Amino acid sequence: MQIKELELKAVDIRLRALRLIYEAGTGHLGGTMSAADILVALYYYKMRVDPQNPLLPDRDRFILSKGHSVESLYCILADRGFFPLEELDSYSQFGSRLFGHPTVKVPGIEICSGALGHGLPAAVGMALGARKSGLSSKVYVVMGDGEQAEGSNWEAAMAAANYGTDNLIAILDRNMLQITGCTEDVIALGDVAEKYRAFGWSVKEIDGNNMQQIVDALDAAPFEVGKPSLILAHTIKGKDICFAENLAKWHHGIPNKDQYEAAVAFLENKKQEMLSHA
Amino acid sequence: MRNVTDAGIPSENVRQSFMDALLEAARQDPDIIALTSDATGSAALTNYVAALPDQFVECGIAEQDMVGIAAGLASFSKRPFVCGPAAFLAARSLEQVKVDVAYSNKNVKLIGVSGGISYGALGESHYSVQDFAVMRAIANISVLCPADAMQAKKLAHMLADFDGPVYLRMGRGAVPAFYEETDVFQFGKAHLCREGSDVTIIAVGEQLFPALVAAETLSKEGIEARVLDMFTIKPLDVEAVLRAARETGAIVCTEEHSINGGLGSAVAQVTAESCPVRVKCVALPNEVLLCGSSAEMKAHYGLDAAGIAQAVREVVK
Repeated sequence: MQIKELELKAVDIRLRALRLIYEAGTGHLGGTMSAADILVALYYYKMRVDPQNPLLPDRDRFILSKGHSVESLYCILADRGFFPLEELDSYSQFGSRLFGHPTVKVPGIEICSGALGHGLPAAVGMALGARKSGLSSKVYVVMGDGEQAEGSNWEAAMAAANYGTDNLIAILDRNMLQITGCTEDVIALGDVAEKYRAFGWSVKEIDGNNMQQIVDALDAAPFEVGKPSLILAHTIKGKDICFAENLAKWHHGIPNKDQYEAAVAFLENKKQEMLSHA
Repeated sequence: MRNVTDAGIPSENVRQSFMDALLEAARQDPDIIALTSDATGSAALTNYVAALPDQFVECGIAEQDMVGIAAGLASFSKRPFVCGPAAFLAARSLEQVKVDVAYSNKNVKLIGVSGGISYGALGESHYSVQDFAVMRAIANISVLCPADAMQAKKLAHMLADFDGPVYLRMGRGAVPAFYEETDVFQFGKAHLCREGSDVTIIAVGEQLFPALVAAETLSKEGIEARVLDMFTIKPLDVEAVLRAARETGAIVCTEEHSINGGLGSAVAQVTAESCPVRVKCVALPNEVLLCGSSAEMKAHYGLDAAGIAQAVREVVK
């Protein structure tokens, strides 16, 4: 897909994810919107995955370490054909396999997540697994900034640098908010780029809601041979949900009818503007 | 199986036997990968690492990371064996065991060494007496514990061919090697070590040997004890437990584990539901433990042959 198509797709995914959360009355609106553009770039542009053959040995691997932001991912997997689109309606319903956090019951999900700080260690294992298997698979992991407080991330950061896993590309959704408030007020993350560099990673900073910048960064990875790559993606929590941007309370807030309709109108309008400029 | 009253039974190291067998299996199967947390020596992996460096991943002192890495390796059809001291492997990384391995159904084997109270004088921080309980409560993971070097070797080969999450715990020191090459073990099935009709002793791991010695002592007193080796704690051989309850009328369980949540709890639950009989558990009390050599500790807490025999006398009188 071209940039414009990816941008349009991101609007569609946001509309779907918003509806999912609104109709189920549960979900994590803020984080799923901040990461939506990154997930679209991965699934419609970058990653080697085959929805008809989801267990292809040399597929690229993806882990959503910030598993609570799963709604956009479900919408993308369904849209790409990993499971039927109509199954999205079962999200969070009794007996559904579309839980509030990703599970391997869902085709296309590589590993269960939801407990934070688990994605990066598993990604290091996958990167080593690809290397030991002689496969060219890349491993992508999307992490939250709040979950950087989990020490297991830094254990994995050490291991990745130690083993020089340059087939590992981590993307940090730096939206500056976690459930209680600003990450810097809860437990300061500080200069996370320098921290990863000090751990032996190669780091690029981008606007994580700018499709061109996301695509360019993904194409540029690995940034250095023999080093794991971190894309530090500065994003807006609740991006494009007009009333929810940059507000901690929308971490898992559920819009009422008026808010939902306003958000849909905003996104539909954005889509029309993009189409008219195309 | 050798007669446990033989004076000539040699002592052999269980973890070394397991890891030597793992090396044998890994030579045949390049997908087997051993991982450890700065515990190459403690996990008896020195020979393995020297022989198969490409089938080994050192993770440093980072058990959470190690289990996550193993789950990731399994995603590329590798067969990871995560080897480290049970105290840290089964507690520090428990959330990774639960989410990344069991819930995610990754083909990972967790091999805890120096488990129970086998670290002796190193104290409580190094004991692992909750591992059976926590692993039992996690869906989709089996729990094993070998009694001696021969059984450990056989279980290593069994696990090399077994698909699915497993936790296996061993001790640290050399213990009497009474099983023989001809002994055959079946996953999920209790191994009948001694027939008897007055009472059944169900033992796991290194408690099996003192249980067998206790049975010989009791025989001289006219009490014939059946002895079952429940080396697979989970899935529990419910049929063997209920048969023991029906046929012998009383059960003594013994394990190097907390009295809460291990083999004894599993057996008591099964019998209470389907065939209520007297069940007594010879295990460690749920309190901060004294510290001393493994043998001193077992004598103090009644986990030696004399303690097991006494527990049997109490349930059959």
